[in-house]
Amino acid sequence: MTASAASPTHGSVNHPRKRRSRGRYVLHAFLIVTSVVWLAPVLWAAYTALRPYADTGGAARGYVSIGGSYGFQNFFDAWTRVDMPKFFLNTMIVVLPAVVLTLLLASMVAFAVSRYSWRFNLLLLMLFTAGNLLPQQVVITPLYRMYLALPIPKLVSDNGLLYDQYIGIIVVHVAFQLGFSTFVLSNYMKTLPKELNEAAVVDGAGVFRTFWEVILPLCRPPLAALATLQFTWIYNDFFWALILMVTGDKRPITSALSGLKGQFFTDNNLVAAGAIIVALPTLIVFFVLQKQFIRGLTLGSTKG
Amino acid sequence: MTDSVNRGLSEPAAPTRRRLGIPVGEAPGDAPRKRRRFSVLTRRDKLVLGLMVGIPTAIHVFFIWLPTIASGILSFTSWNGIGLDRIKFIGLKNYTDLFSGVYPPFWPAIQHNLIWLAVFLLIATPIGIFLAVLLDKEIRGTRVYQSAIYLPVVLSLAIVGFIWQLIYSPDQGLINSLLGTAGTPQAIDWFGNRNVNLWAILVAASWRHIGYIMVLYLAGLKSVDPGLREAASIDGASERQTFFRVVFPVLRPINVVVLVITVIESLRAFDLVYITNRGLNGLEILSVLVTNNIIGEASRIGFGSALAMVLLVISVGPIIYYLTRSLKDDAA
Repeated sequence: MTASAASPTHGSVNHPRKRRSRGRYVLHAFLIVTSVVWLAPVLWAAYTALRPYADTGGAARGYVSIGGSYGFQNFFDAWTRVDMPKFFLNTMIVVLPAVVLTLLLASMVAFAVSRYSWRFNLLLLMLFTAGNLLPQQVVITPLYRMYLALPIPKLVSDNGLLYDQYIGIIVVHVAFQLGFSTFVLSNYMKTLPKELNEAAVVDGAGVFRTFWEVILPLCRPPLAALATLQFTWIYNDFFWALILMVTGDKRPITSALSGLKGQFFTDNNLVAAGAIIVALPTLIVFFVLQKQFIRGLTLGSTKG
Repeated sequence: MTDSVNRGLSEPAAPTRRRLGIPVGEAPGDAPRKRRRFSVLTRRDKLVLGLMVGIPTAIHVFFIWLPTIASGILSFTSWNGIGLDRIKFIGLKNYTDLFSGVYPPFWPAIQHNLIWLAVFLLIATPIGIFLAVLLDKEIRGTRVYQSAIYLPVVLSLAIVGFIWQLIYSPDQGLINSLLGTAGTPQAIDWFGNRNVNLWAILVAASWRHIGYIMVLYLAGLKSVDPGLREAASIDGASERQTFFRVVFPVLRPINVVVLVITVIESLRAFDLVYITNRGLNGLEILSVLVTNNIIGEASRIGFGSALAMVLLVISVGPIIYYLTRSLKDDAA
């Protein structure tokens, strides 16, 4: 938000146009080299993935070469070899409810904290923000035992526990991500005019209707940004499912990649293709929703 | 449409207030008005508000803070995880075992976490800030450069591990292929050799971290009042002086965020190391040691909790620092 707030004025300022030419060339050269270096690992993975192992590995041309055949066979192989559709589905079963729940619950807290004055406002915000900054490993040991011990209705858990269940993974994501989203949303809601609440009260709206019909619709920009960001973060998670999910078949896509690594021999071309497939959803987010993603990140770090 | 609503409602206020030196959180005059409105609430409204705050708070406290406290308590016990009645209080024994070196990976892990932190703090973060400063200039194609540098940020650390494996592998990796050592006994196993693997991992981790810092800092730079820079350049300040004497101090809030993110991220380092070799052989770090003590055959809950507490104690400093800096405005 800060970025978009400041950019109109920023653009209108005329920087001094002297000393431009040579400095500019050096700057561009430096930035081009940096960008190429930055993209190189991903491009290298893509290039490797397009070539069959027979052309690159062993006594063949080697990896640093051109020629031989190019194609998408590795992608098809990776897709079927570890049953990627299943793992993508697993990921979606976790990610979609987790993102929706996180945003819903966080916006409720943010609404209460930012639109009404409570004694515990600041304490609550501190609690959530600090919780979000904790390293996951600080909580994992007791959490793991809790997941094994707590009884849960069979309706949402086929073994009666949180352990090894989608619901367990969803819940821990929500609990952890609430902090950041609450912080961002409450900062945003504070900037909305106070009169909105008063007008809603005059219209006879209760608290929940004020939240749902007045404030929440105005929060679409931060919600879109947060949804993008949370999707990426939860999609990318590796840790929670690693510890709290024991059935290999139920694990998310990020852990499926290890299935492509052989015990004695690894076909790097196949691994490269697998890595690119798994990265694809986040890369799509990167290309399509770049603005939202950046806004989400910066909303959390700059106030106002 | 939502964009224009957003701009119309919120954005004129914040920058103006900031320029006037008023904290952006609340205007001082708002407080009494708010208190009056609170009394307008009916009993039902209060109940609804209570639930809106209570349910999420309960979830957060139950799944994050309760285990944190439990970690603290369990760190003074010995327990294999089976049967609550088997929990035995053993005082500080877990900690004395840790610090006296009975558990060999502990001190290497502390050392590796510190190296991680130092590399992020002294190399990666400054590079990110430097790139942000360069990209903040009005140059053609800045968007393209920005995109290239922050692309790794959207990748999961697990994927980052796999991508760098393609570069570091001894038989098929890019570096060994370029050196002509691929598949020969002279090949360097960048992720496997304990003399180099921490540094190899840090290159991969920095690749992502630098992009992250660049994005954050760039947003901060865009929020700096252009008038400040103009004033500095009229006063004859060089670009470097303008940055260090004017822009950098003004960006204190974002500096705090960047500092805290750098520290927290280096304590959280896990995925990349775990994917590479489960934190063995030169890559011991605290977060992986915690994990290794609770899964696998030897489940040592008390000991793992003591490790987690060490991690917590190290992260508490930056967390408190961040809270006091970033929430100060709200208290005003």
